[in-house]
Amino acid sequence: MEVINKAKSFTYYRRKVVNIIMLFFSFAAAIITIIPLILIFYYTISQGIAHLNVDFFTKLPTPVGEPGGGMVNAIVGTLILIGIGGAIGIPVGIMTGTYLSEFGKNKFGSLVRFLTDVLSGVPSIVVGVVAYTLVVIPMKHFSALAGGVALAILMIPTITRTTEEMIKLVPHSYREAGLALGIPKWKTTVMIVLKTAWKGIATGILLGLSRAAGETAPLLFTALGNRFWSTNIFQPIASLTVYIYEYSTAPFKDWNDQAWTAALVLIILISLLSLIFRIITRSKYKT
Amino acid sequence: MDIVKDRETFEKVQDYFKKSKEKKSSGFLNKILGTNNLGDIIFERLTLLFAVLVFLLVVFMAWEMYSHSTLSIKQFGWKFLINSTWDPAVTQVFGALPMIFGTMLSSFLGLLIAVPLGLSVAVFLSELAPAWLEKPLSFLTELLAGIPSVIYGLWGIFVLVPWLRDTVEPFLQNEFPNSPFFQGAPYGFGMLAAGLILSIMVLPIISSISRDVLKSVPDTQREAAFALGATRWEVTKIVLSNARSGLFGAIMLGFGRAIGETMAVTMVIGNRAQISASLLDPGYTMASVLANEFTEATTDLYLNALIELALVLFVITIIVNMLAHLLVWSTERKWK
Repeated sequence: MEVINKAKSFTYYRRKVVNIIMLFFSFAAAIITIIPLILIFYYTISQGIAHLNVDFFTKLPTPVGEPGGGMVNAIVGTLILIGIGGAIGIPVGIMTGTYLSEFGKNKFGSLVRFLTDVLSGVPSIVVGVVAYTLVVIPMKHFSALAGGVALAILMIPTITRTTEEMIKLVPHSYREAGLALGIPKWKTTVMIVLKTAWKGIATGILLGLSRAAGETAPLLFTALGNRFWSTNIFQPIASLTVYIYEYSTAPFKDWNDQAWTAALVLIILISLLSLIFRIITRSKYKT
Repeated sequence: MDIVKDRETFEKVQDYFKKSKEKKSSGFLNKILGTNNLGDIIFERLTLLFAVLVFLLVVFMAWEMYSHSTLSIKQFGWKFLINSTWDPAVTQVFGALPMIFGTMLSSFLGLLIAVPLGLSVAVFLSELAPAWLEKPLSFLTELLAGIPSVIYGLWGIFVLVPWLRDTVEPFLQNEFPNSPFFQGAPYGFGMLAAGLILSIMVLPIISSISRDVLKSVPDTQREAAFALGATRWEVTKIVLSNARSGLFGAIMLGFGRAIGETMAVTMVIGNRAQISASLLDPGYTMASVLANEFTEATTDLYLNALIELALVLFVITIIVNMLAHLLVWSTERKWK
């Protein structure tokens, strides 16, 4: 009897100890995950802030060896690029998402749903290659438009899936109420369902835009980059991300420093985007 | 008599409804769409058009890359995938093997670190963490996923690589002087740096999808196990085994992200087309060749070879992603 009890208590302790060890590991993993995040933010802010000044937002880049200068062309360039991307990607994304949730309960709908998921996993550099063959080769030169097309393709899956999910959350009774009043289905969808889901859709758009703002790979051989002031969408254009890449891989100390500042500005820009969207969607709701 | 009259009226009314119904359903538009409102038809067709557009986009992307890489496909055929020479300068021979090797090795290294950590974080978030801790932690891991790739690369160049060069790599060489994995001069730039950066970038994907998969396992499973006297960890093991195909899908999604990751890897891997067992040696991945050499491609054959490389990468990621999504869906549907 005593032997059995001993064996029992041993198993019991073993199970308890294993339990505590495993739980501790999973907690430790959560802490370890946060460390790189803190490190990256720490370095970006501490290194970037040193060269952050008014010149950075108002002046063009200087040639190698000449200190100072800014990246105003790249800041404007990034905004233009995500503007082009949004102008193409947002309508396509919203319309496809509307189709999927309102009419897509068939085989074709599931196929499109599946393909948008797959599309979201396609590497951004491959999308860049497609934009190159699609826009740069026929036009025979690099352009902001080509970069915008690449960013649009990258935005479409995010916006489509959020639109679909958000429209699905709108209660069915809203649609029925609209239809019962004799409103045609399309008007019900646009003026009641989409309007109700607008806040969620805007979050999806914001997510798509801010991801696009951080993309580098698809811009390398589409928008290319430009050391001068340009807002022409048919010409190469500068962007913050491409500058970060070029300046960080160059062997010049002052360029490396500016890369950190550009990274800080990029993070600030992305945060501002989300702030602006939040304000817009909030005021829309209160009125 | 009244009954007869009523009967007549009733038949008349019935007749009227029948006729009006026939009239309605006889419309051509009605037959195909079940509605007479022109706006509805236009609206549905319009949204359908965009859905077809997205469908065609995926097909079109493959076609676009295929049709722009015919030169290289004709010249090298299937050998493109197994030839280990990449020489754009002199002989113009292009083989993708070093890049395929580099892509697979760096992604594998990344997963080696990210999978255990990511799964543990998912377990912590879905099974253990109290609600007040779960939300900020989930937010932080998602923030990690939102940092642009090029900023990871920047951090890699100026923080991770010097640390590896001065501390980690000399240490590894001292500890394992005969290991084939740690030979050569410790540059800092190389496979090890790429694997580490990838593990950080892939971790949030694995942890957030696994968390969703674990959360889709119904609580009755946990309650049953607790009722039998299982400890927390034993309950978690049951949940994990119930969700294993979905977890595998989450890992595959992480893998898909790792093989396509471009900027951060390009900036730290060293960019040399070679196959080496040593993790300290520089390597090359398919994505980083594209990022590095695309604008330098001087001949048509060179450009075609690069586009073919993009096509290979595209096909691999499509297959990986399809499998991953099927696995995640199958688990999440199982419990619905």
